[in-house]
Amino acid sequence: MNSVKQDVRDEMERMNKTTRRSFLDYLLGTSVGAVVVSICYPVLSFLTPPRVAESADLTVVAGKVKDIPPNSGRIFKFGSRAALLVRTPAGEIRAFSATCTHLDCTVQYRDDLRGIWCACHDGHYDLQGRNVSGPPPRPLEQFKVNVRGDEIVVSRG
Amino acid sequence: MKTTTDFKERASGRPTEAQSGAAEWLRNRLGTSPLEEIAAEKTVPRHRHSLWYYFGGMTLFLFSIQVVTGILLLLYYRPSAEEAFESVQFIMTDVSFGWLVRSLHSWSANLMIAVLFVHMFSVFFLKAYRRPRELTWVTGVLLLFISLGFGFSGYLLPWNKLAFFATRVGTEIPRVFPFFGDFMMRFLRGGDEVTGATLTRFFGFHVAILPALTTLILGVHLWLVQCHGMSRPPGPGYENGKTMKFWPNFLLRDIMGWLFALGLLAALAAIFPWELGEKADPFASAPAGIRPEWFFLFSFETLKLLPAHLWFMEGETLGVLAFAVGAAFWLLVPFLDKRAARGLPSRAFTAIGLLVLIYIIVMTAIGFLA
Repeated sequence: MNSVKQDVRDEMERMNKTTRRSFLDYLLGTSVGAVVVSICYPVLSFLTPPRVAESADLTVVAGKVKDIPPNSGRIFKFGSRAALLVRTPAGEIRAFSATCTHLDCTVQYRDDLRGIWCACHDGHYDLQGRNVSGPPPRPLEQFKVNVRGDEIVVSRG
Repeated sequence: MKTTTDFKERASGRPTEAQSGAAEWLRNRLGTSPLEEIAAEKTVPRHRHSLWYYFGGMTLFLFSIQVVTGILLLLYYRPSAEEAFESVQFIMTDVSFGWLVRSLHSWSANLMIAVLFVHMFSVFFLKAYRRPRELTWVTGVLLLFISLGFGFSGYLLPWNKLAFFATRVGTEIPRVFPFFGDFMMRFLRGGDEVTGATLTRFFGFHVAILPALTTLILGVHLWLVQCHGMSRPPGPGYENGKTMKFWPNFLLRDIMGWLFALGLLAALAAIFPWELGEKADPFASAPAGIRPEWFFLFSFETLKLLPAHLWFMEGETLGVLAFAVGAAFWLLVPFLDKRAARGLPSRAFTAIGLLVLIYIIVMTAIGFLA
Protein backbone atom coordinates (compact mmCIF):
# COMPACT_ATOMS: atom_id res chain seq x y z
CA MET A 1 0.00 0.00 0.00
CA ASN A 2 2.84 2.30 0.93
CA SER A 3 4.74 1.63 -2.26
CA VAL A 4 1.65 2.48 -4.37
CA LYS A 5 1.38 5.81 -2.54
CA GLN A 6 5.06 6.39 -3.14
CA ASP A 7 4.61 5.67 -6.86
CA VAL A 8 1.71 8.11 -7.11
CA ARG A 9 3.73 10.76 -5.31
CA ASP A 10 6.68 10.20 -7.63
CA GLU A 11 4.46 10.42 -10.69
CA MET A 12 2.88 13.67 -9.47
CA GLU A 13 6.30 15.14 -8.74
CA ARG A 14 7.52 14.16 -12.19
CA MET A 15 4.55 15.92 -13.79
CA ASN A 16 4.99 19.13 -11.83
CA LYS A 17 8.75 19.24 -12.19
CA THR A 18 10.23 22.10 -14.13
CA THR A 19 12.27 20.53 -16.85
CA ARG A 20 15.37 22.22 -18.22
CA ARG A 21 13.55 22.73 -21.52
CA SER A 22 10.51 24.37 -19.98
CA PHE A 23 12.77 26.62 -17.92
CA LEU A 24 14.70 27.71 -21.04
CA ASP A 25 11.39 28.18 -22.88
CA TYR A 26 10.28 30.42 -20.03
CA LEU A 27 13.49 32.47 -20.18
CA LEU A 28 13.30 32.78 -23.96
CA GLY A 29 9.62 33.73 -23.85
CA THR A 30 10.10 36.41 -21.23
CA SER A 31 13.14 37.90 -23.00
CA VAL A 32 11.27 38.00 -26.31
CA GLY A 33 8.40 39.66 -24.46
CA ALA A 34 10.78 42.20 -22.90
CA VAL A 35 12.27 43.04 -26.31
CA VAL A 36 8.81 43.47 -27.82
CA VAL A 37 7.70 45.72 -24.96
CA SER A 38 10.90 47.78 -25.10
CA ILE A 39 10.23 48.42 -28.80
CA CYS A 40 6.48 48.99 -28.58
CA TYR A 41 6.56 51.37 -25.62
CA PRO A 42 8.76 54.05 -27.28
CA VAL A 43 6.86 53.65 -30.57
CA LEU A 44 3.47 54.12 -28.92
CA SER A 45 4.76 57.08 -26.87
CA PHE A 46 6.20 58.63 -30.05
CA LEU A 47 2.84 58.27 -31.77
CA THR A 48 1.14 60.28 -29.01
CA PRO A 49 1.61 63.94 -29.94
CA PRO A 50 3.03 66.14 -27.15
CA ARG A 51 0.90 68.95 -25.75
CA VAL A 52 1.93 72.28 -27.16
CA ALA A 53 1.83 74.67 -24.25
CA GLU A 54 -0.27 77.71 -25.07
CA SER A 55 -0.09 80.77 -22.90
CA ALA A 56 -3.20 81.26 -20.78
CA ASP A 57 -2.92 85.01 -21.32
CA LEU A 58 -3.58 86.22 -24.80
CA THR A 59 -4.38 89.63 -26.23
CA VAL A 60 -5.28 90.18 -29.85
CA VAL A 61 -6.46 93.12 -31.94
CA ALA A 62 -9.61 91.70 -33.50
CA GLY A 63 -10.41 94.54 -35.87
CA LYS A 64 -11.76 98.05 -36.14
CA VAL A 65 -15.08 99.23 -34.74
CA LYS A 66 -16.11 100.80 -38.04
CA ASP A 67 -15.70 97.45 -39.85
CA ILE A 68 -18.34 95.70 -37.77
CA PRO A 69 -21.84 97.18 -38.02
CA PRO A 70 -24.53 96.39 -35.43
CA ASN A 71 -26.25 92.98 -35.78
CA SER A 72 -23.22 91.32 -37.41
CA GLY A 73 -20.34 89.08 -36.49
CA ARG A 74 -16.97 88.05 -37.83
CA ILE A 75 -14.39 85.37 -37.17
CA PHE A 76 -10.86 86.35 -36.15
CA LYS A 77 -7.71 84.43 -35.23
CA PHE A 78 -7.26 84.17 -31.48
CA GLY A 79 -4.07 82.32 -30.64
CA SER A 80 -4.21 79.00 -32.42
CA ARG A 81 -8.01 78.91 -32.65
CA ALA A 82 -10.86 80.87 -34.17
CA ALA A 83 -12.91 83.34 -32.15
CA LEU A 84 -16.13 85.17 -32.97
CA LEU A 85 -16.57 88.90 -32.66
CA VAL A 86 -20.22 89.90 -32.30
CA ARG A 87 -21.82 93.34 -32.42
CA THR A 88 -25.29 93.11 -30.97
CA PRO A 89 -28.23 94.94 -32.54
CA ALA A 90 -27.87 97.34 -29.59
CA GLY A 91 -24.29 98.08 -30.67
CA GLU A 92 -22.43 96.29 -27.88
CA ILE A 93 -19.28 94.39 -28.88
CA ARG A 94 -18.64 90.91 -27.46
CA ALA A 95 -16.15 88.15 -28.21
CA PHE A 96 -16.54 84.40 -27.82
CA SER A 97 -14.62 81.32 -28.63
CA ALA A 98 -15.87 80.26 -32.09
CA THR A 99 -15.51 76.58 -31.25
CA CYS A 100 -18.88 74.93 -30.77
CA THR A 101 -18.99 73.08 -27.47
CA HIS A 102 -20.78 70.18 -29.15
CA LEU A 103 -18.32 68.71 -31.65
CA ASP A 104 -15.68 71.35 -32.34
CA CYS A 105 -17.25 73.00 -35.41
CA THR A 106 -16.78 76.74 -35.93
CA VAL A 107 -19.90 78.76 -35.16
CA GLN A 108 -21.16 81.90 -36.99
CA TYR A 109 -23.34 84.93 -36.32
CA ARG A 110 -26.83 84.80 -37.89
CA ASP A 111 -28.28 88.30 -38.31
CA ASP A 112 -31.74 86.85 -39.15
CA LEU A 113 -31.81 84.89 -35.88
CA ARG A 114 -29.95 87.58 -33.94
CA GLY A 115 -27.88 84.85 -32.36
CA ILE A 116 -24.94 82.55 -32.76
CA TRP A 117 -25.50 79.42 -34.77
CA CYS A 118 -23.55 76.27 -35.49
CA ALA A 119 -24.22 74.89 -38.95
CA CYS A 120 -22.93 71.39 -38.26
CA HIS A 121 -25.73 70.17 -35.98
CA ASP A 122 -28.02 73.20 -35.76
CA GLY A 123 -26.84 74.39 -32.37
CA HIS A 124 -28.02 77.80 -31.14
CA TYR A 125 -26.42 80.22 -28.69
CA ASP A 126 -27.80 83.57 -27.58
CA LEU A 127 -25.93 86.87 -27.57
CA GLN A 128 -24.41 86.01 -24.18
CA GLY A 129 -22.95 82.81 -25.68
CA ARG A 130 -25.39 80.64 -23.72
CA ASN A 131 -26.44 77.40 -25.36
CA VAL A 132 -30.18 77.84 -25.87
CA SER A 133 -31.21 75.05 -28.20
CA GLY A 134 -29.84 72.14 -30.18
CA PRO A 135 -27.11 69.76 -29.06
CA PRO A 136 -24.41 72.09 -27.57
CA PRO A 137 -23.88 71.06 -23.93
CA ARG A 138 -22.12 74.20 -22.62
CA PRO A 139 -22.02 77.94 -23.32
CA LEU A 140 -19.25 79.41 -25.48
CA GLU A 141 -16.23 80.75 -23.63
CA GLN A 142 -16.47 84.53 -23.49
CA PHE A 143 -13.45 86.82 -23.83
CA LYS A 144 -12.86 90.33 -22.53
CA VAL A 145 -13.35 93.13 -25.04
CA ASN A 146 -11.81 96.60 -24.77
CA VAL A 147 -12.12 99.34 -27.32
CA ARG A 148 -9.03 101.54 -27.62
CA GLY A 149 -9.79 104.34 -29.99
CA ASP A 150 -10.98 102.57 -33.09
CA GLU A 151 -9.34 99.22 -32.28
CA ILE A 152 -11.16 96.29 -30.72
CA VAL A 153 -8.81 94.47 -28.33
CA VAL A 154 -9.81 90.98 -27.20
CA SER A 155 -8.06 89.29 -24.31
CA ARG A 156 -8.22 86.22 -22.14
CA GLY A 157 -6.75 85.51 -18.74
CA MET B 1 -1.56 14.69 -18.17
CA LYS B 2 -1.85 17.32 -20.90
CA THR B 3 1.54 18.82 -20.05
CA THR B 4 3.32 15.53 -20.44
CA THR B 5 1.60 14.78 -23.73
CA ASP B 6 2.51 18.22 -25.06
CA PHE B 7 6.05 17.78 -23.93
CA LYS B 8 6.37 14.33 -25.47
CA GLU B 9 4.94 15.56 -28.74
CA ARG B 10 7.23 18.52 -28.81
CA ALA B 11 10.22 16.39 -28.00
CA SER B 12 9.32 14.03 -30.81
CA GLY B 13 9.18 16.97 -33.24
CA ARG B 14 5.48 16.51 -33.94
CA PRO B 15 3.31 19.59 -33.63
CA THR B 16 1.29 19.82 -30.46
CA GLU B 17 -2.48 19.74 -30.68
CA ALA B 18 -2.84 23.51 -30.16
CA GLN B 19 -0.05 24.36 -32.58
CA SER B 20 -1.32 22.11 -35.34
CA GLY B 21 -4.85 23.54 -34.98
CA ALA B 22 -3.86 27.19 -35.44
CA ALA B 23 -1.12 26.46 -37.96
CA GLU B 24 -3.40 24.21 -39.98
CA TRP B 25 -6.19 26.78 -39.93
CA LEU B 26 -3.86 29.46 -41.29
CA ARG B 27 -2.25 27.11 -43.78
CA ASN B 28 -5.61 26.17 -45.26
CA ARG B 29 -6.55 29.80 -45.72
CA LEU B 30 -3.26 31.45 -46.69
CA GLY B 31 -1.86 28.61 -48.74
CA THR B 32 1.58 29.01 -47.19
CA SER B 33 2.65 25.42 -47.84
CA PRO B 34 4.84 26.33 -50.87
CA LEU B 35 6.68 28.91 -48.74
CA GLU B 36 7.18 26.35 -46.00
CA GLU B 37 8.54 23.90 -48.55
CA ILE B 38 11.00 26.49 -49.85
CA ALA B 39 12.07 27.31 -46.29
CA ALA B 40 12.46 23.62 -45.46
CA GLU B 41 14.57 22.91 -48.54
CA LYS B 42 16.73 26.03 -48.44
CA THR B 43 20.27 25.43 -47.27
CA VAL B 44 23.35 27.60 -46.79
CA PRO B 45 26.86 26.32 -47.62
CA ARG B 46 29.22 25.85 -44.68
CA HIS B 47 32.89 26.67 -45.05
CA ARG B 48 35.52 28.90 -43.44
CA HIS B 49 34.00 32.06 -44.94
CA SER B 50 30.34 31.36 -44.09
CA LEU B 51 30.35 34.35 -41.75
CA TRP B 52 30.02 36.74 -44.71
CA TYR B 53 26.63 35.28 -45.62
CA TYR B 54 25.10 37.10 -42.67
CA PHE B 55 25.82 40.61 -43.93
CA GLY B 56 23.12 40.65 -46.62
CA GLY B 57 20.44 39.84 -44.06
CA MET B 58 21.95 42.38 -41.69
CA THR B 59 21.67 45.08 -44.37
CA LEU B 60 18.05 44.11 -44.89
CA PHE B 61 17.39 44.26 -41.15
CA LEU B 62 18.91 47.74 -40.83
CA PHE B 63 16.91 48.79 -43.89
CA SER B 64 13.70 47.66 -42.19
CA ILE B 65 14.65 49.80 -39.17
CA GLN B 66 15.00 52.71 -41.61
CA VAL B 67 11.53 52.06 -42.95
CA VAL B 68 9.91 51.89 -39.52
CA THR B 69 11.72 54.88 -37.96
CA GLY B 70 11.32 56.83 -41.22
CA ILE B 71 7.55 56.33 -41.19
CA LEU B 72 7.46 57.46 -37.55
CA LEU B 73 9.46 60.61 -38.33
CA LEU B 74 7.05 61.39 -41.19
CA LEU B 75 4.30 61.95 -38.63
CA TYR B 76 6.01 65.09 -37.31
CA TYR B 77 8.46 66.22 -39.98
CA ARG B 78 7.52 69.21 -42.20
CA PRO B 79 9.32 69.50 -45.52
CA SER B 80 9.68 73.26 -46.01
CA ALA B 81 12.55 75.69 -45.49
CA GLU B 82 10.51 77.58 -42.91
CA GLU B 83 9.53 74.58 -40.81
CA ALA B 84 11.94 71.68 -41.43
CA PHE B 85 14.56 72.64 -38.87
CA GLU B 86 11.97 73.54 -36.26
CA SER B 87 10.03 70.33 -36.81
CA VAL B 88 13.18 68.22 -36.29
CA GLN B 89 13.94 70.31 -33.20
CA PHE B 90 10.40 69.60 -32.03
CA ILE B 91 10.93 65.88 -32.61
CA MET B 92 14.22 65.95 -30.68
CA THR B 93 12.97 67.95 -27.71
CA ASP B 94 9.18 67.65 -27.34
CA VAL B 95 7.97 64.38 -28.82
CA SER B 96 8.19 61.38 -26.49
CA PHE B 97 11.18 59.29 -27.56
CA GLY B 98 11.58 61.61 -30.54
CA TRP B 99 15.31 61.89 -29.88
CA LEU B 100 15.49 58.09 -29.88
CA VAL B 101 13.58 57.61 -33.11
CA ARG B 102 15.58 60.25 -34.98
CA SER B 103 18.91 59.07 -33.59
CA LEU B 104 18.03 55.48 -34.49
CA HIS B 105 17.17 56.61 -38.01
CA SER B 106 20.50 58.41 -38.42
CA TRP B 107 22.65 55.78 -36.76
CA SER B 108 20.95 52.92 -38.51
CA ALA B 109 21.37 54.70 -41.86
CA ASN B 110 25.10 54.96 -41.31
CA LEU B 111 25.45 51.41 -40.03
CA MET B 112 23.40 50.17 -42.98
CA ILE B 113 25.76 51.79 -45.48
CA ALA B 114 28.75 50.35 -43.59
CA VAL B 115 27.25 46.84 -43.53
CA LEU B 116 26.24 47.20 -47.16
CA PHE B 117 29.88 47.91 -48.06
CA VAL B 118 31.01 44.84 -46.10
CA HIS B 119 28.35 42.74 -47.86
CA MET B 120 29.40 44.06 -51.27
CA PHE B 121 33.13 43.55 -50.81
CA SER B 122 32.64 40.07 -49.37
CA VAL B 123 30.53 39.15 -52.41
CA PHE B 124 33.23 40.68 -54.60
CA PHE B 125 36.17 38.84 -53.05
CA LEU B 126 34.34 35.51 -52.84
CA LYS B 127 33.42 35.96 -56.53
CA ALA B 128 29.76 35.33 -55.81
CA TYR B 129 28.88 37.56 -58.78
CA ARG B 130 29.99 34.91 -61.28
CA ARG B 131 27.57 33.00 -63.49
CA PRO B 132 24.61 32.60 -62.92
CA ARG B 133 24.42 35.44 -60.37
CA GLU B 134 25.40 38.39 -62.58
CA LEU B 135 22.04 40.10 -62.17
CA THR B 136 22.09 39.61 -58.41
CA TRP B 137 25.31 41.64 -58.40
CA VAL B 138 23.92 44.28 -60.77
CA THR B 139 20.77 44.77 -58.68
CA GLY B 140 22.94 44.87 -55.56
CA VAL B 141 25.15 47.64 -56.96
CA LEU B 142 22.02 49.53 -58.02
CA LEU B 143 20.77 49.20 -54.43
CA LEU B 144 24.11 50.66 -53.28
CA PHE B 145 23.61 53.68 -55.55
CA ILE B 146 20.05 54.08 -54.26
CA SER B 147 21.28 53.87 -50.65
CA LEU B 148 23.81 56.60 -51.34
CA GLY B 149 20.92 58.61 -52.81
CA PHE B 150 18.95 58.00 -49.63
CA GLY B 151 21.93 59.21 -47.60
CA PHE B 152 22.44 62.31 -49.74
CA SER B 153 18.77 63.33 -49.82
CA GLY B 154 18.15 62.52 -46.15
CA TYR B 155 21.17 64.55 -45.04
CA LEU B 156 19.51 67.78 -46.22
CA LEU B 157 16.13 67.20 -44.59
CA PRO B 158 16.92 68.70 -41.13
CA TRP B 159 17.85 71.88 -43.07
CA ASN B 160 20.94 72.67 -41.04
CA LYS B 161 24.01 74.62 -42.11
CA LEU B 162 26.27 71.65 -42.69
CA ALA B 163 23.75 69.83 -44.84
CA PHE B 164 22.85 72.98 -46.75
CA PHE B 165 26.40 73.54 -47.97
CA ALA B 166 27.08 69.84 -48.50
CA THR B 167 24.03 69.83 -50.78
CA ARG B 168 25.24 72.93 -52.64
CA VAL B 169 28.53 71.16 -53.33
CA GLY B 170 26.90 67.81 -54.10
CA THR B 171 24.35 69.17 -56.55
CA GLU B 172 27.02 71.25 -58.30
CA ILE B 173 28.98 68.09 -59.17
CA PRO B 174 26.74 66.81 -62.02
CA ARG B 175 27.35 70.11 -63.81
CA VAL B 176 30.72 68.89 -65.04
CA PHE B 177 28.99 66.43 -67.37
CA PRO B 178 28.76 67.83 -70.88
CA PHE B 179 25.33 68.41 -72.50
CA PHE B 180 23.01 67.31 -69.67
CA GLY B 181 25.03 68.54 -66.66
CA ASP B 182 23.12 71.80 -66.31
CA PHE B 183 19.81 70.05 -66.63
CA MET B 184 20.76 67.53 -63.94
CA MET B 185 21.77 70.24 -61.51
CA ARG B 186 18.52 72.12 -62.04
CA PHE B 187 16.56 68.88 -61.80
CA LEU B 188 18.17 68.04 -58.46
CA ARG B 189 17.86 71.56 -57.03
CA GLY B 190 14.43 72.36 -58.39
CA GLY B 191 15.92 75.64 -59.60
CA ASP B 192 19.28 77.35 -59.97
CA GLU B 193 20.02 77.54 -56.27
CA VAL B 194 19.60 75.30 -53.22
CA THR B 195 16.40 76.67 -51.68
CA GLY B 196 13.25 75.47 -49.98
CA ALA B 197 12.29 74.03 -53.37
CA THR B 198 15.34 71.75 -53.15
CA LEU B 199 14.32 70.63 -49.69
CA THR B 200 10.79 69.75 -50.79
CA ARG B 201 12.18 67.94 -53.83
CA PHE B 202 14.73 65.98 -51.78
CA PHE B 203 11.93 65.04 -49.40
CA GLY B 204 10.00 63.64 -52.36
CA PHE B 205 13.06 61.67 -53.50
CA HIS B 206 13.69 60.43 -49.97
CA VAL B 207 10.22 59.24 -49.03
CA ALA B 208 8.58 58.37 -52.36
CA ILE B 209 10.82 57.90 -55.39
CA LEU B 210 13.78 56.12 -53.81
CA PRO B 211 11.57 53.83 -51.65
CA ALA B 212 9.58 52.86 -54.75
CA LEU B 213 12.77 52.07 -56.69
CA THR B 214 14.13 50.15 -53.69
CA THR B 215 10.99 48.04 -53.39
CA LEU B 216 11.27 47.08 -57.03
CA ILE B 217 15.00 46.35 -57.17
CA LEU B 218 15.20 44.80 -53.70
CA GLY B 219 12.33 42.51 -54.72
CA VAL B 220 14.30 41.34 -57.77
CA HIS B 221 17.50 41.03 -55.70
CA LEU B 222 15.85 38.83 -53.06
CA TRP B 223 14.02 36.79 -55.68
CA LEU B 224 17.33 36.09 -57.43
CA VAL B 225 18.94 35.11 -54.12
CA GLN B 226 16.07 32.61 -53.65
CA CYS B 227 16.37 31.30 -57.22
CA HIS B 228 20.11 30.70 -57.21
CA GLY B 229 20.71 30.06 -53.50
CA MET B 230 23.89 31.16 -51.75
CA SER B 231 27.04 30.97 -53.83
CA ARG B 232 29.77 28.56 -52.81
CA PRO B 233 33.08 30.28 -53.60
CA PRO B 234 35.25 28.65 -56.32
CA GLY B 235 38.55 27.05 -55.48
CA PRO B 236 39.86 24.42 -53.10
CA GLY B 237 38.66 24.33 -49.52
CA TYR B 238 35.08 25.26 -50.36
CA GLU B 239 33.91 22.09 -52.12
CA ASN B 240 33.31 20.20 -48.88
CA GLY B 241 29.60 19.75 -49.57
CA LYS B 242 28.67 20.78 -46.03
CA THR B 243 25.48 22.77 -45.64
CA MET B 244 23.30 24.25 -42.93
CA LYS B 245 19.52 24.31 -43.03
CA PHE B 246 18.23 27.85 -43.59
CA TRP B 247 15.28 27.24 -41.28
CA PRO B 248 15.78 27.24 -38.37
CA ASN B 249 19.59 27.02 -38.09
CA PHE B 250 20.71 29.91 -40.29
CA LEU B 251 17.76 32.21 -39.64
CA LEU B 252 18.09 31.88 -35.87
CA ARG B 253 21.77 32.87 -36.13
CA ASP B 254 20.64 35.77 -38.33
CA ILE B 255 18.16 36.85 -35.67
CA MET B 256 20.87 36.72 -33.00
CA GLY B 257 22.90 39.11 -35.13
CA TRP B 258 19.90 41.40 -35.61
CA LEU B 259 19.24 41.44 -31.90
CA PHE B 260 22.86 42.41 -31.31
CA ALA B 261 22.57 45.15 -33.95
CA LEU B 262 19.40 46.45 -32.32
CA GLY B 263 21.15 46.61 -28.94
CA LEU B 264 24.14 48.38 -30.47
CA LEU B 265 21.87 50.89 -32.23
CA ALA B 266 19.90 51.63 -29.07
CA ALA B 267 23.15 52.16 -27.15
CA LEU B 268 24.60 54.44 -29.84
CA ALA B 269 21.38 56.43 -30.07
CA ALA B 270 21.19 56.82 -26.30
CA ILE B 271 24.86 57.65 -25.69
CA PHE B 272 25.47 59.69 -28.85
CA PRO B 273 22.14 61.25 -29.90
CA TRP B 274 22.39 62.62 -33.43
CA GLU B 275 23.18 66.32 -33.51
CA LEU B 276 20.95 68.86 -35.17
CA GLY B 277 23.40 71.73 -35.66
CA GLU B 278 22.40 75.26 -36.61
CA LYS B 279 19.57 76.18 -38.92
CA ALA B 280 20.64 76.74 -42.53
CA ASP B 281 20.99 80.35 -43.63
CA PRO B 282 21.28 80.71 -47.42
CA PHE B 283 22.81 84.18 -46.99
CA ALA B 284 25.59 83.19 -44.59
CA SER B 285 29.02 82.00 -45.66
CA ALA B 286 29.94 78.35 -45.40
CA PRO B 287 31.27 77.44 -41.94
CA ALA B 288 34.76 75.95 -41.56
CA GLY B 289 35.05 72.17 -41.49
CA ILE B 290 32.30 71.61 -44.00
CA ARG B 291 32.22 68.04 -45.27
CA PRO B 292 29.79 65.42 -46.53
CA GLU B 293 28.79 62.22 -44.78
CA TRP B 294 31.60 59.72 -44.29
CA PHE B 295 30.58 57.51 -47.20
CA PHE B 296 31.15 60.40 -49.61
CA LEU B 297 34.39 61.48 -47.93
CA PHE B 298 36.69 59.50 -50.24
CA SER B 299 35.28 61.14 -53.36
CA PHE B 300 35.14 64.54 -51.64
CA GLU B 301 38.79 64.19 -50.63
CA THR B 302 39.79 63.10 -54.15
CA LEU B 303 38.16 66.18 -55.66
CA LYS B 304 39.96 68.34 -53.11
CA LEU B 305 43.36 66.87 -53.92
CA LEU B 306 43.06 67.12 -57.70
CA PRO B 307 44.82 70.16 -59.20
CA ALA B 308 42.78 72.89 -60.91
CA HIS B 309 43.89 71.78 -64.35
CA LEU B 310 44.97 68.38 -65.53
CA TRP B 311 45.88 67.79 -69.17
CA PHE B 312 43.35 69.63 -71.23
CA MET B 313 40.44 69.71 -68.76
CA GLU B 314 39.63 70.91 -65.30
CA GLY B 315 40.77 68.67 -62.47
CA GLU B 316 37.26 68.48 -61.00
CA THR B 317 35.74 67.42 -64.32
CA LEU B 318 38.33 64.70 -64.73
CA GLY B 319 37.76 63.45 -61.18
CA VAL B 320 33.99 63.26 -61.54
CA LEU B 321 34.24 61.55 -64.93
CA ALA B 322 36.71 59.04 -63.45
CA PHE B 323 34.24 58.23 -60.65
CA ALA B 324 31.45 57.77 -63.19
CA VAL B 325 33.61 55.36 -65.22
CA GLY B 326 34.57 53.58 -61.98
CA ALA B 327 30.91 53.16 -61.00
CA ALA B 328 30.05 51.77 -64.45
CA PHE B 329 32.99 49.35 -64.22
CA TRP B 330 31.86 48.20 -60.75
CA LEU B 331 28.33 47.60 -62.02
CA LEU B 332 29.59 45.48 -64.92
CA VAL B 333 32.19 43.44 -63.03
CA PRO B 334 30.42 40.05 -63.56
CA PHE B 335 30.53 40.53 -67.33
CA LEU B 336 34.16 41.66 -67.38
CA ASP B 337 35.59 38.95 -65.12
CA LYS B 338 35.68 36.13 -67.69
CA ARG B 339 37.86 33.83 -65.58
CA ALA B 340 35.53 33.83 -62.59
CA ALA B 341 32.62 33.16 -64.96
CA ARG B 342 34.37 29.90 -65.92
CA GLY B 343 35.00 29.05 -62.29
CA LEU B 344 38.72 29.81 -62.50
CA PRO B 345 40.61 31.95 -59.96
CA SER B 346 40.78 35.58 -61.14
CA ARG B 347 43.64 37.25 -59.32
CA ALA B 348 43.38 40.42 -61.42
CA PHE B 349 39.90 41.20 -60.09
CA THR B 350 40.88 40.37 -56.53
CA ALA B 351 43.75 42.84 -56.93
CA ILE B 352 41.42 45.50 -58.39
CA GLY B 353 39.02 44.99 -55.48
CA LEU B 354 41.84 45.31 -52.96
CA LEU B 355 43.09 48.51 -54.62
CA VAL B 356 39.59 50.00 -54.55
CA LEU B 357 39.12 49.02 -50.91
CA ILE B 358 42.51 50.43 -49.87
CA TYR B 359 41.86 53.62 -51.84
CA ILE B 360 38.48 54.13 -50.15
CA ILE B 361 39.89 53.45 -46.67
CA VAL B 362 42.95 55.70 -47.11
CA MET B 363 41.02 58.60 -48.63
CA THR B 364 38.28 58.35 -45.99
CA ALA B 365 40.95 58.37 -43.26
CA ILE B 366 42.59 61.45 -44.82
CA GLY B 367 39.18 63.11 -44.97
CA PHE B 368 38.58 62.43 -41.29
CA LEU B 369 42.00 63.64 -40.19
CA ALA B 370 42.04 66.74 -42.41
